[in-house]
Amino acid sequence: MSKVKTARPNFVSTTNACKLCTPLGASLAFRGVEGAIPFLHGSQGCATYMRRYIISHFREPVDIASSALGEKNAIYGGGPNLKKGILNVMKKYEPKLIGVATTCLTETIGDDVPMYFHEFYKEFGDLDLPDLVRVSTPSYNGTHMDGWHGAVRSLVEQLCLEKAADDGRVNILPSLVSCEDVRHLRDICDHFGIKATILPDISESLDGPALEDYVKIPEGGTPISEIKTMSAAAGTIEFGRCLPPKTGGTSLEERFGVANHRIGLPMGLRESDRFFETLEAISGRPMPRRYELERGRLVDAYVDGHKYIFGKRAVVYGEEDLVVGLCAFLSEIGVDVVLAGTGARGKGLEEAIAKVTDGVARMAPEVREGVDFHDIAAEAGELAPDLLVGHSKGYRYAKAWNVPLVRVGFPIHDRFGGQRTLTLGYKGTQTLFDRVVNAVIEKKQADSPIGYGYI
Amino acid sequence: MSTTSSTILEERQDQIHRTGEGAIDIACNRESLAGAVSQRACVFCGSRVVLYPIADALHLVHGPIGCAVYTWDIRGSLSSGPELHRLSFSTDLQETDVIFGGEKKLEAALDELIDRHSPKAAFVYSTCIVGLIGDDMEAVCRKMTEKKGIPVLPVMSEGFKGNKRAGYLAACKAMFRLIGQGDTSDVSPVSINIFGDFNLAGEIWIIREYFEKMGVQVVANVTGDGRVADIARCHGAALNLVQCSGATLDLAKMMEEEFGIPYKRVSYLGIEDMADSLYKVADFFKDKDPGIVERTQALVRDELNKLMPELARYRKDLEGKKVAMYVGGSFKAFSLVKAFRHLGMQVVMVGSQTGTKEDYAELAEITDPGTVIIDDANPLELSHFIKEKDVDVFVGGVKERPIAYKLGVGFCDHNHERKEALEGFAGMLNFAREIHASAMSPVWQFAPRRANRANLAKEARKEAANE
Repeated sequence: MSKVKTARPNFVSTTNACKLCTPLGASLAFRGVEGAIPFLHGSQGCATYMRRYIISHFREPVDIASSALGEKNAIYGGGPNLKKGILNVMKKYEPKLIGVATTCLTETIGDDVPMYFHEFYKEFGDLDLPDLVRVSTPSYNGTHMDGWHGAVRSLVEQLCLEKAADDGRVNILPSLVSCEDVRHLRDICDHFGIKATILPDISESLDGPALEDYVKIPEGGTPISEIKTMSAAAGTIEFGRCLPPKTGGTSLEERFGVANHRIGLPMGLRESDRFFETLEAISGRPMPRRYELERGRLVDAYVDGHKYIFGKRAVVYGEEDLVVGLCAFLSEIGVDVVLAGTGARGKGLEEAIAKVTDGVARMAPEVREGVDFHDIAAEAGELAPDLLVGHSKGYRYAKAWNVPLVRVGFPIHDRFGGQRTLTLGYKGTQTLFDRVVNAVIEKKQADSPIGYGYI
Repeated sequence: MSTTSSTILEERQDQIHRTGEGAIDIACNRESLAGAVSQRACVFCGSRVVLYPIADALHLVHGPIGCAVYTWDIRGSLSSGPELHRLSFSTDLQETDVIFGGEKKLEAALDELIDRHSPKAAFVYSTCIVGLIGDDMEAVCRKMTEKKGIPVLPVMSEGFKGNKRAGYLAACKAMFRLIGQGDTSDVSPVSINIFGDFNLAGEIWIIREYFEKMGVQVVANVTGDGRVADIARCHGAALNLVQCSGATLDLAKMMEEEFGIPYKRVSYLGIEDMADSLYKVADFFKDKDPGIVERTQALVRDELNKLMPELARYRKDLEGKKVAMYVGGSFKAFSLVKAFRHLGMQVVMVGSQTGTKEDYAELAEITDPGTVIIDDANPLELSHFIKEKDVDVFVGGVKERPIAYKLGVGFCDHNHERKEALEGFAGMLNFAREIHASAMSPVWQFAPRRANRANLAKEARKEAANE
C-alpha cells in the first residue's frame, strides 16, 4: 500500500497556512458549553481577530473576552488584568462558566493561571462565582485542534471531579464538526433511546435562531451539570484517529472507569458503521430501522453515481481527523485521493488513512503533515487533481486550476451554510456524496458541448 | 442613565456622551478594559492595515501562525498589477524557536521568500512573542537588505505595545525609510500623493481618475494599489492628501518635516466631502495651473448631474429612517453623517475604535441632539443603543454584523471587507443603493423584534376599534 514518496521541499517559511492557532480551537470548544464565555488571556488583538474569523463562518455573535494585556502587564505579569477581566465579564455577562485559554504572550511571560485562579477564589470567594476552567494553549505549539481537544479535556478534568452513580448515559466527544452534525448526532442518540452528553455542543450556541433581543450568552451548549456527572456514563465515544494520547475520553476512563471508545469521525459507510455498531454495543439496542434505511439508500446512491466519479483525483486538506474521514469516504466511492494534507504535525495521519482506506483504496495518497497551501500548490501540476475537498481557503487554488472545490470543515468563509453542512453518519455521507458527484457533473456540464441535460 | 447601567461598565461610563447634554469631555485613547469584549484589535493589526496594500512588497509576519492567518487577504484591497500582498507569509514560530530565538528562522524564511518572489521590498512584522523573546529584527533586516539588495524593513508592531494607533505609527516609520530613495526628475509641479486610501473594491481608481481629469499627477497611492518604487520617489510630489488620518497622518507629518511637503486632510466619502477634497486640491494648485479650478467645477457638476436624480429615488424610501454606526477611525464617521443627511436619514449613534478628543468634539458639533457618541464600544453596548435608539440600519464591520442581524436591523459593511466601491460620486450611489437594500428588505417583517412589535400595534388598534 505504501508508496515511495517524491522528495518533498522542506520550506522554512509558511505561505497560506492550512491551520489555525491553538487558542482559537479552545475558544470554539468553550462556546459549546451552557452559559459559557471564552476568555483569552493575552493582548486584545487575539480575541478580536479570532472573533472576526469565527463570525465569518457561523454568522453569529461571538463574544470572546480578553484580559487586554498591555506593555506593563507583559513585564509585570497579567494576573491583575486576568482577575479584573473575569470580574467584568461576571458583571456584564453573568456567565455560568468562564473558559480561560492562554496565548503565546502569557505562556511566554510565564503567567501561572492556576495560581491566579487560586488567588481569585481566595479574594472573591464570597461572590457567586461561575465555574472557571483553564487550558494552556501556547500558539507556538500545535494547531487549533490541539486547542479544541485541550479545552475539552480541561472541561472534563476540572469539572467532573467525582464518580457519579451509573446512569447508562453515553458521552460523545464529537471533535470540531458542524452545528448540523451535532444536531444529527443528538437525533441519532434520541432514536436509539440513548441519553447522551455531547461535549461540546455548538449546535445552538453557534447556530441560534432569530430572537427578540440580543442574548448575552446564547442558549444551548452542554449543560454544566452533565459535564460534572460524565463519570456516570456507560461509555464515551470520542471521534478521532489522530487524537493526542490524553483526551477527555481517556481521562474519564482512567479516573472513573468509563470505557472509552475511540473511533474515527463517522464519514463514509464503513466509519459510520463503526459508530452505529458502537452505539449498539453500548446501549444493547439494535440499530433503529430508519438508519438501516438511510444506510440502504446510501449504498443505493453509491451504485447510482459510481460511474461519474470513479478514478477522479482528489486533493483533501484540513483538520487531521476530518482529512482521515474524508479519505475513508472518498476511497469507498472510487475517488483516488492523491494528496491528503493537514497543517498539524506528528498526528500519525498516514497510518490513520491507511487504516480507514484499507481494502478499498486503489492507491495510498501522498500524505503531508505540516502542509501549507504553497506546498500543496507546488505539487498540483504533477497531481493533476479533478477536485479539491476542504475548507474555503483552498478556493484561490481551485480557481487557478479550474477544478471544483467541495467545501467541508472550518472555515467556510465564502459560502453560506458552513455551520449547516452535514457530513456525519449515513445521512451526512449521503449529503457529501451528492455534493461530490454534482460538483463533478457540473464541471463536466460546463465544459461539454453536449450539455449533459440528462445524466 | 439608569437604563444603561446593566450593560455599561462603570469604568466605561465616561467613554460615552450624548450630543447636547453638556460639553463633550469624552475619555478616549485608553487601553481597552479587561473583560469588556472590545471590538478593537492590536498594534500588529494597525500596521498590517496600513502596509498591506503595497502589492509588490513581501509581507512576512514573524510569529506563531495565528497572526498571519487571521490577516490573510482580509481586506479587499485590489491591485492593478502584482498581488504579492494577498498571500499570507509567516515564520510560524514553534516552541523551539521561542526557546532558542527566532532570528535564524526569520533569516532563512526571508532568504527563501525573497528568492521565490523577487519582491521590490520586504516588510517584517513583529508580533507579541517576538517582542518578548527579543529577536533583533533590526539586525536581521539590515543583514538581509545587504544580502538581497532590496529594502528589508522591520515593522515594530508587537501586539501588546499599545492599541491600533501605535501600529499605524510603526507602519509609517517603516514606510518612511523607503521615501527619498527614488528619482523624482519627471514629477510634475502639479502633483500629489494619496495617503490613507486602501483601494477597497478599486476605489482609488475612481479617485485617481478625478485627479487625472483635473490635470493633477498622482505620484504614489501609498496605501492602496501601492508600489515600492512610487513610495521611494513620492517625496517629489507637491502635496500629500491624507484620508483616514489615524493611519497615515504621522507619515504626512514626517514628510512635511523632512521634505517640506504640506498635507491636507481629505475624505472621498459622501458628496460634500468628496467635492470639498477636490476643491481643496484645485485651490492649492490654482497659481501653478490657473485652469484647474474651472476643470474641477466642471467635473463636480457633471458627476452631480448624474448622481442627484438617482439619489432622490432612494431618498424617497429612506427619509426619516434612523442609522447607527461603529467605525474604526472616526474621520470616516464625519463623512458618513453628512452622507446620510443626503439620504434623508438621521444618525442617532456614532462610535469608533480609535477616535481622539478632537474627533469626538467634531462629532458632537455635527450630530443632532441626543446622538450617542461612544469610544471603544463592545457588543453589549452596541446592542443596547441599537435598541434604545430603535435604529433601522447599522453601519460597521464584520464583527458588528451579527449584532445588528440578531436584533433584526439592516446592516451595511463599510469596513475593509466591502466589495462595492463606496468612495467618490459613483461610490455614493453604490452606498445609497446598499443602504436602500439593507433597510427596505421585507425580511425585517419576520425578525422577531419587529414582528412582535407590529403584532402588538395591530392588537392595540383592534382593541381601540372595539372600544
